[in-house]
Amino acid sequence: MVDQSAVGHRFTPVTARVEPGRLRYFLNTLGEKNPVYRDEKAARAAGCAGLPVPPTYLFCLEMMDAENPFEMLTALNIDLGRVLHGEQSFVYRAPVVVGDTLTFEPRVVSVTDKKGGAMTLIVIECKVTNQNGVHVADTSRTVVVRNQVAS
Amino acid sequence: MSAGYKPAVGDRIVDKTFPPISRHTLALYCGASGDHNPIHVDIDFAKRSGFPDVFTHGMLVMGYLGQALTDAVPPTRLRAFSTRFVAITQLGARLTCEGTVTELFTEAGERRARLALTTKDERGEVKLEGGAVIAL
Repeated sequence: MVDQSAVGHRFTPVTARVEPGRLRYFLNTLGEKNPVYRDEKAARAAGCAGLPVPPTYLFCLEMMDAENPFEMLTALNIDLGRVLHGEQSFVYRAPVVVGDTLTFEPRVVSVTDKKGGAMTLIVIECKVTNQNGVHVADTSRTVVVRNQVAS
Repeated sequence: MSAGYKPAVGDRIVDKTFPPISRHTLALYCGASGDHNPIHVDIDFAKRSGFPDVFTHGMLVMGYLGQALTDAVPPTRLRAFSTRFVAITQLGARLTCEGTVTELFTEAGERRARLALTTKDERGEVKLEGGAVIAL
């Protein structure tokens, strides 16, 4: 079971490029037709410096370009079949547009046992900066681990 | 939401329903998102993990909610977006995303609104509960 020793653990930073083709695949998968994401003119009219990314796409970029997207689970010895996503948040500090190169720096900020140890909640926060060193976002995810309960 | 529009507390500015979630959508999202956890696409793995079938990525559901949100508010005005994943979203779910203004305030030198967001399936079961902060 994951314990308090995981708190403060930093994972390998991830560098991800916002590529137009991969983004289009995401937009098509979600049936996203909003021209602001597809047409430079519409994006500029909405006040964007380039084509923006959808609100949850930062989460995807971090996973897509990670050397090992499940490093957290491997490092903490957690079985992939036992995890659920509990919570997710994004704070947007500066625009992210197609062509940017982002760096993600995830770290464990808390580990909490719930329901007498039947579940463990792990909170991972991540600072996101762009190619100019601008702090563009902060993300936070809560991973729920369903622990094996001895019967 | 056009410039100059002044929402009031209680206004429902986000409201969108999506087509039912298919296995094909889950397979595409697996590739499109980089989340290759087999629990969402491989029924054998899902069953070994104690689930009756594959189920929807929480982040796909949040992606739909994000889409509903930026249909109403340009992405440049979004300051924060968060959700709690309340229940697993099953295959075939037809999701409706809604958002209501709960507070108007000033922060970091700009007028902002706080929204309460929900995503429910066709039976009204809540899947996601969350919030957003937008600049007006």
